[in-house]
Amino acid sequence: MLSDKEVQHIATLARIKLTSQEEEKFKKELSSILDYIETLKRVDTEQVAPLYQTTGLVNVLRPDESRPSFIMDEKLNELLIGQVPDTKGHFVKVKPVLRK
Amino acid sequence: MADIGHTIESARKGIAVGDFSAREIFDEYQKKIEEKKDLNAYLSTFKFAEHGAYPAREGDLAGVPCAIKDNMLIEGEIATAGSKILENYVSAYDATAIKKLKKAGVSFLGKTNMDEFAMGSSTENSAFGTVKNPLDVSRVPGGSSGGSAAAVAADLCVFALGSDTGGSIRQPAAFCGVVGLKPTYGRVSRHGLIAMASSLDQIGPITKTVADAALVMNAIAGHDIFDSTTVSRDMPDFAINLEKDIKGLRVGVPKEFFGGGLDKEVSAKVLTSIELLREAGATIHEISLPHTEYALAVYYIIMPSEVSANLARFDGIRYGHSSQKGEALLDTYLASRAEGFGAEPKRRIMLGTYALSSGYYDAYYLKAQKVRALIKKDFDEAFRSVDVIVGPTAPTVAFKAGEKSEDPLAMYLSDIYTVPVNLAGLPAISIPCGMGSESNLPVGFQIIGKLFDEGTVLQAAANLERALV
Repeated sequence: MLSDKEVQHIATLARIKLTSQEEEKFKKELSSILDYIETLKRVDTEQVAPLYQTTGLVNVLRPDESRPSFIMDEKLNELLIGQVPDTKGHFVKVKPVLRK
Repeated sequence: MADIGHTIESARKGIAVGDFSAREIFDEYQKKIEEKKDLNAYLSTFKFAEHGAYPAREGDLAGVPCAIKDNMLIEGEIATAGSKILENYVSAYDATAIKKLKKAGVSFLGKTNMDEFAMGSSTENSAFGTVKNPLDVSRVPGGSSGGSAAAVAADLCVFALGSDTGGSIRQPAAFCGVVGLKPTYGRVSRHGLIAMASSLDQIGPITKTVADAALVMNAIAGHDIFDSTTVSRDMPDFAINLEKDIKGLRVGVPKEFFGGGLDKEVSAKVLTSIELLREAGATIHEISLPHTEYALAVYYIIMPSEVSANLARFDGIRYGHSSQKGEALLDTYLASRAEGFGAEPKRRIMLGTYALSSGYYDAYYLKAQKVRALIKKDFDEAFRSVDVIVGPTAPTVAFKAGEKSEDPLAMYLSDIYTVPVNLAGLPAISIPCGMGSESNLPVGFQIIGKLFDEGTVLQAAANLERALV
């Protein structure tokens, strides 16, 4: 079973503020899922290489060519930052990193 | 089969001979969508041809009205991914699959409901209300592409696109009695698909017939420079083998797919279908996929790990819901994500964050990727002696709404036969194989193929479809 402290630590790492009810609920649910996952311990993987992907493609690059659709103008600017909740001119506005 | 409305072929023919225009069939479908609003299959609907010029009204899917799962971007349209955090998000560009459908000349009817960020097996995790199964409104349509599957089953579109990370096309197709194909990983571009688990996600068609699935694949598949995991190889004509018989086709039946947890009425229908394949000339071979029992545990490490990374982009800064609470940047993150995400994304982000956190990486993530290799190896070995592998798509027929929503693990078990296929990157189809004897609800039959061998999967499926009539 995860401890309260572990759940709070995970939530902080995940950048999600949990209510105390959520903490309690996730503690139970995550613990039972982690218990289920424990079954993997039974599998001998001593000589097995991990499989991160199935296509076998490695280092896929595309030509470094300029594309007209990526030339910055008002329209592209609007597409890129037009939905930013808080802006000042062409800049994205954020709250201070350090607390006052 | 009951009146399924239009297939791609019948819609195209109707337009070609002048029975109706592209506009008329579009309007007819919009009217039906309005009448069946209670199903909650659609999150948004469009006006005719508002997506611009339709450069190829003569394309292969010219004038065919279709529906798109709401995690794919159509330029200028809202894409919510079923989440409050993207409630007002306007797509800045077309997903590659959408661009290709536009080129083929389709009409987009609207965007379909789904589990939040495609996380779920019942569409009960949508932030915009649950979807009802059109065959029995007290039951779920499956998920996460539940809106797309319900729309196809209720004839609220000719076909739909879904996405499949652990079964999200095939399981709802099974629950709603329609056809759903998950292509090989790397076959269809994921560019413009809102990412859930990047090493598993794949876009695919949900259709009324196997032939329609092949036609949609012809339109959407192919290499894309915007998705470096797409494979550049010759694009086959996916429809070319449909009429061919399956004499001598070697069909593998994994014994692990018929163990505990499989409902009797599902098992009975699946076994009958295997007999039909035998009668059609296929040879049946019992095979073993010994690591099947570990697939779900592997999936519930790898998928949440990738989820926790992919959903880190929702920070309340660049787009989407932003909380005004607090005075520092960290407060914006914490509160925006707390307010914007529902319970299931939170659960999976937390699980993934834990699995990837310092000190746990080897025990969880690395271990899971090693067992994943063994699961893939099981398939590789099996495919040395068989051409396709068959079994049930899901262990049960559509379950009642609310039945599993309080028990995440029980819900996850619904994907037990579909998840291994994603882990191995293989193509697989679910086709309806009749009604369960007790529930009178559709049972899904799954056919799994070798990497990039959708052709044989579709061929086997078309043969079974003919045999079932």
